[in-house]
Amino acid sequence: MSHLIILPIVLPALVGPFILMAIRFHSDLQRVFSIASVVLLNLIAVTLLTRTLDGSIEVYRLGDWPAPFGIVLVLDRLSAMMVLLTTVLALPVLLYAIGSGWDTRGRHFHALFQFQLMGILGAFLTGDAFNLFVFFEVLLIASYGLMIHGGGSVRLRAGVQYVVYNLIGSSLFLIALGTLYSVTGTLNMADLAVRVATLPAEDTSLIRVGAVLLLLVFAIKAAVLPLHFWLPASYANAPAPVAALFAIMTKVGAYAIIRMYTLVFGPDVPVAEGLAGDWLLPAALLTLAAGSIGILGTREIGRLVAFGAIASMGTLLIAIALFTPQATAAALYYTIHSTLTAALLFLVADLVMERRGGALSPRPVMPQNGLIAALFFAGAIAMAGMPPLSGFVGKLLVMDAARGDAWVWTIWAVILITSLITIMGLSRAGSLVFWKAHDRSVTPPETEEETDIGQPLTPELAPEPVPGLAFVAAFALLAGLVLLTVLAGPILKFTEATAAQLYAPADYIQSVLQRP
Amino acid sequence: MELLLASAVGILTAGGIYLILRQRTFPVIIGLSLLSYAVNLFLFATGRLALNQPPILNKYAEVGYTDPLPQALVLTAIVISFGMTAVVLMMALSAYLASKDDRIDMTDSDAQGGEDA
Repeated sequence: MSHLIILPIVLPALVGPFILMAIRFHSDLQRVFSIASVVLLNLIAVTLLTRTLDGSIEVYRLGDWPAPFGIVLVLDRLSAMMVLLTTVLALPVLLYAIGSGWDTRGRHFHALFQFQLMGILGAFLTGDAFNLFVFFEVLLIASYGLMIHGGGSVRLRAGVQYVVYNLIGSSLFLIALGTLYSVTGTLNMADLAVRVATLPAEDTSLIRVGAVLLLLVFAIKAAVLPLHFWLPASYANAPAPVAALFAIMTKVGAYAIIRMYTLVFGPDVPVAEGLAGDWLLPAALLTLAAGSIGILGTREIGRLVAFGAIASMGTLLIAIALFTPQATAAALYYTIHSTLTAALLFLVADLVMERRGGALSPRPVMPQNGLIAALFFAGAIAMAGMPPLSGFVGKLLVMDAARGDAWVWTIWAVILITSLITIMGLSRAGSLVFWKAHDRSVTPPETEEETDIGQPLTPELAPEPVPGLAFVAAFALLAGLVLLTVLAGPILKFTEATAAQLYAPADYIQSVLQRP
Repeated sequence: MELLLASAVGILTAGGIYLILRQRTFPVIIGLSLLSYAVNLFLFATGRLALNQPPILNKYAEVGYTDPLPQALVLTAIVISFGMTAVVLMMALSAYLASKDDRIDMTDSDAQGGEDA
């Protein structure tokens, strides 16, 4: 049993309190330790991923208690991939927070950041349903702190809404877990899978209620349509680096859906007949439609990206809801893509907001207009799913996977039409923000005279100090998207192997439940 | 006993949901607390109701026992909901002090000014 598996949880759990207690008044030292921790996490995540390449499933028994009694951490391809995605996302986001000075606008940014990472990584690694709840709470409570980082009355009120919504979600999660426990007498995911598969057919009503409640909880996290209301206000009002990190949080919901509904309530389990896919697919289609209409209708760049995140969750959940290995492989590829894209666009939105305010209306040219416009252009291409970036590959894979499904024409129509609407919305936003600025007739709005945005229209003469690190971070995310496109073949091979592993849960169950 | 527990869970949940749907933050927070009490009672009942039984297996005598795991789960849930209530109270309080208004919904002026907060 290797102890490397628990390191992604222990390391931030140690660095966070250390930052809080030992170096709380040294912002430079905090930055150093925070970056060092994230770099180390990246190295650990790569090592963990290489270990799963041969298809082995590693189990870490906490306290060496045998599986159904103790808590286990499980490392399979899916969790290794999600862990690596989280750490890869965390590094540029952290660099951006430092480069743009966001981390010094309130207290305890770095400590909260570490706790947030601990919760997310723990949720991806755990093999116990109640432990999943605990890690959800860890990541949520850190996210509450990060969400209101920097203060301001609007952000605080958006934060209160976000917290209340998630507290209701947590209550639902507990009720779902209680229902599952009362029927099966276990909360270990592998053990749950065994018990659920052998339940007598006449005793299934309670477990079906539990399964649907659980789906509801994960749907709240994943911002599926009737439950998505928390997302636009929260993400648009959160500090940009935090919103970029939150791009992985909706994926935690998607991950939990994939995990529970392939392992415990898999497509072959009679109890789970017609539970997930039948509900999830229409909801996902509506999510995608609502997200893209939101992109077209919004008047503010932060909300624009938030609706983009909702739309990409819609596409992702369409692929998940099909519940076939091919579709899940496509979904996993799209997960990586949409996480990086949403994060990139949130950072670009912040670059814009810092310079000219977030409203989608003509304002004078801002400093570094061209550079930011290029980043926005690349991000928009990725989000809309146009070639040459990975969004195109991702959407193509999702549509290809839908080919055998009864809903195929609806799915194709919705994906293609919403892509068009997204392109229209993003080009409208891009031309208003970046091109209209060159129109000489545009005068600065009166309310912003005191800021230096209202200076004459020659950015070369009055350059702002270049926040180099912030641009490095944004370009790093873009480079990630390019890599994802160039290496689409190998990555797809990996996600296909991951999906194959997910749809053969016997290996997982056996690895967890065997005696050490 | 079953009737008492079930109706307690039901009434607490109903009251909690009613209060959560109110417009001011204070009733909403009270509603969240009620809901978490209901959830705790519900979790407690998932190990089946057993009166006056120890939560320990006794291998020397044939005596009944009650399932210890839900008790541990309830303990965790209580701690977490306690911490969360404290957090949401502090946030609601600072939101109220910052905007002089404890409505939970966003007003139109908030949505307009949301960009530069």
